[in-house]
Amino acid sequence: MTVLGSICLWLAFLLGVWGALAGIVGGLSGRLDLARSARHAVLAMCGALLVAVFALEWALFHHDFNVEYVAAYTSRNLPIFYTWSALYAGQKGSLLFWATVLSVFGSLAMAFTPRHNRPLLPYVAGVVSAVAAFFISVMLFAWLVPPHTSANPFDRLPYTPIDGSGLNPQLQNPGMVFHPPMLYLGYISITIPFAFAIAALLSKRLDTDWLVAIRKWTLLSWLFLSIGICLGMWWAYVELGWGGYWAWDPVENASLLPWLTMTAFLHSVMIQEKRGMLKKWNLALIIGSWLLSIFGTFITRSGVISSVHSFTQSSVGYFFFGFLVIAGIVSFTLYAIRLPLLEAETRLESMISREASFLFNNLLLVGIAFSVLWGTLFPILSELVKGTKITVGPPFFNQVNIPLGLGLLALTGIGPLIAWRRASVPNLKRQFAVPVTVGVFAALIVLVGGMREFYATVAIGFGAFVLGTVTQEFARGARARHRQYGEAYVLALGRLLARNRRRYGGYIVHTGIVILFVAFAGMAFKTETEATLRPGESVSLRSPYGYTYTFTSLGLSQYDALNRQVTAAAVEVRRDGKTIGLLNPEKRQHVDGLGRPTFQPSTEPSIMSLLREDLYVVLGGVVNGTEQAVFRFTINPLVWWVWYGGLIVALGGLIVMWPGGGSPAVKRSQAGYAVRLVGEK
Amino acid sequence: MNAGTKFAIGAGLIVASVGYLMASGVKETGQYFLTPTELTQKIALDPSFYNVGMRVGAHVVRGTVSKDVATQTLRFDVSDGSARFPVVFHGLPPDTFTDSVEVVVEGRLQKDGVIHATNVLAKCGSRYESVPKA
Repeated sequence: MTVLGSICLWLAFLLGVWGALAGIVGGLSGRLDLARSARHAVLAMCGALLVAVFALEWALFHHDFNVEYVAAYTSRNLPIFYTWSALYAGQKGSLLFWATVLSVFGSLAMAFTPRHNRPLLPYVAGVVSAVAAFFISVMLFAWLVPPHTSANPFDRLPYTPIDGSGLNPQLQNPGMVFHPPMLYLGYISITIPFAFAIAALLSKRLDTDWLVAIRKWTLLSWLFLSIGICLGMWWAYVELGWGGYWAWDPVENASLLPWLTMTAFLHSVMIQEKRGMLKKWNLALIIGSWLLSIFGTFITRSGVISSVHSFTQSSVGYFFFGFLVIAGIVSFTLYAIRLPLLEAETRLESMISREASFLFNNLLLVGIAFSVLWGTLFPILSELVKGTKITVGPPFFNQVNIPLGLGLLALTGIGPLIAWRRASVPNLKRQFAVPVTVGVFAALIVLVGGMREFYATVAIGFGAFVLGTVTQEFARGARARHRQYGEAYVLALGRLLARNRRRYGGYIVHTGIVILFVAFAGMAFKTETEATLRPGESVSLRSPYGYTYTFTSLGLSQYDALNRQVTAAAVEVRRDGKTIGLLNPEKRQHVDGLGRPTFQPSTEPSIMSLLREDLYVVLGGVVNGTEQAVFRFTINPLVWWVWYGGLIVALGGLIVMWPGGGSPAVKRSQAGYAVRLVGEK
Repeated sequence: MNAGTKFAIGAGLIVASVGYLMASGVKETGQYFLTPTELTQKIALDPSFYNVGMRVGAHVVRGTVSKDVATQTLRFDVSDGSARFPVVFHGLPPDTFTDSVEVVVEGRLQKDGVIHATNVLAKCGSRYESVPKA
């Protein structure tokens, strides 16, 4: 099967090169045969890559340990679920995964692009082919570049090990099965809007049509990235045992960067659709987002920035760096050449307009992205400029991004309240009265309740303001329908959402974002303690809400599970003296088929998730030969809300994305209706 | 004053505050990232370079790790081949910490010549590993 896999890789590579040439040349020269050939090349490449994936999965499932990749990432006693996901557990496999998914997305774009945008397709096929060919070329040619490490997942070993070395225990977690592909899907699908952007630039078809074509694709990758980031946070929280979900690690930052710029795009694209402004800015955002997605892949692979996540330093880094530089130069040169065609059709009329608030929102999002990028690259930059490596860590990112993030949160509430073009003073009063009151009231309540953390209080005040905005929007919309069509309020609310998915789905996303912000603010009140306990001994911890939690060690147990030896502790939890449950943190030693230890022992935290706070216990170690054990007890307020906020964001995104909802003309008039609704007095 | 000018002022304010936050953030939270050799040179040049927050990237010297579970004290030496420093850390080390990994030690070098670590991050050099932060 590896022969088949290798043949398919070569085939896909050649098809990719051909597709790139035929697509660009065919598009520019107007030769329809070439254009068609390029579109077919994408489909054929997709087929070849799917066969290659099948070949690798075949080797994984048949425990063909003669294949280096199979031996390195699986073992006979690995649960089947993780054997399947080993496809993207390692660098080589994830390169194959990347190229394959890109070709699948490319094929979908070929198949489902509406007729009036079809002239863009040869270029899109060309760009997709070129990018996919690059990823395949990394697998095929990485060994040519120092340090001559191969990246071909089909490499064979000179001998056949009896068993593989198994999958890192920390990756043996359901979150880890879904987190990387979701994140990859996000990273990869940005290539499609990028390809359309390049197509629009090359073909000079820079009207609003191409924007509409890519808006859904951008939403899709935004949705995948959002879900991928949330799953990553969840995995870090339940698996890594350091008691948090976000550490501003370079790899985490890398996934946040394109998310920020795409969020900016999804807002500013509305201005271009409605008012014909911001064309240059939007194109730059798309190109930038794509470059950041490649940058993210590069950071994960190259080891250029010392990250606890990163793959080992290898030849792959040079490939990505080269690709990033070339792709950046080519796309921005093209962009610069076409700038004269991107003049705005209208001008900003007033500072107090939705356009202006969206522009500020964009600036803040890009500002946050820039500061995150800056902080991530700072060790390299400072070494280049000053000769000493200076690093910045979580304190830097928090110090910079908390105020910026809060500004953004405020704009989330302000934007929807201001009319397009120009808002009048009576209109502003009518729009802002309720939400502002709600916000101020919420802040006062927590202040009276004893909260003395400045940023957390502001977050709650702004958050309540945004929720006030969203509720007011829903209420007014439903009331308008009730009056106009005589619908019952519940039906009116449902129809409102169903008929204006983009607008009201967006408000649901905003609601999720508010929940996330408030949950993040909760982490300002994190409390923890470490203790060495004998059975029967206990330690107490006071939660930020004023409860006293008492943790009592009940003793240790040891047992064997499928592929590991487990040491588990039983810890009884009492709140203000009343027993509320038992926690079982574990220390796991994974073993191979012969019972020999593989990997380092791993920590499995035990978490009790309550509405108000999480109790998070880690078994740090056992004093040799005794039942005395070291624990870390953490109280993390509001973590539950992070996951549910993330779910609501994803749900809102899905509503916005959901297909249907009438012809573009109907949509446009509905959007107009919605605007009038806001503007009416 | 037209809307464009007003907007430019608003945008300028945002850009300036982002810039200010970044500059002050780097100034207040930036830490040196040094190898043991660089740390030795720093001390030679500036004898007052003690009790300064920094990160030291090096590998753990094999056979120097001593762990006292009961008091949660971890002692080990780090080296980059030429210079070598002892480290003491109170707390739970990450799972991947062994006597043969690369580590990033966050902490301060004290007059006793020992790096008092507040955080130890271990990096497994062999292949893709996501390593917990201590």
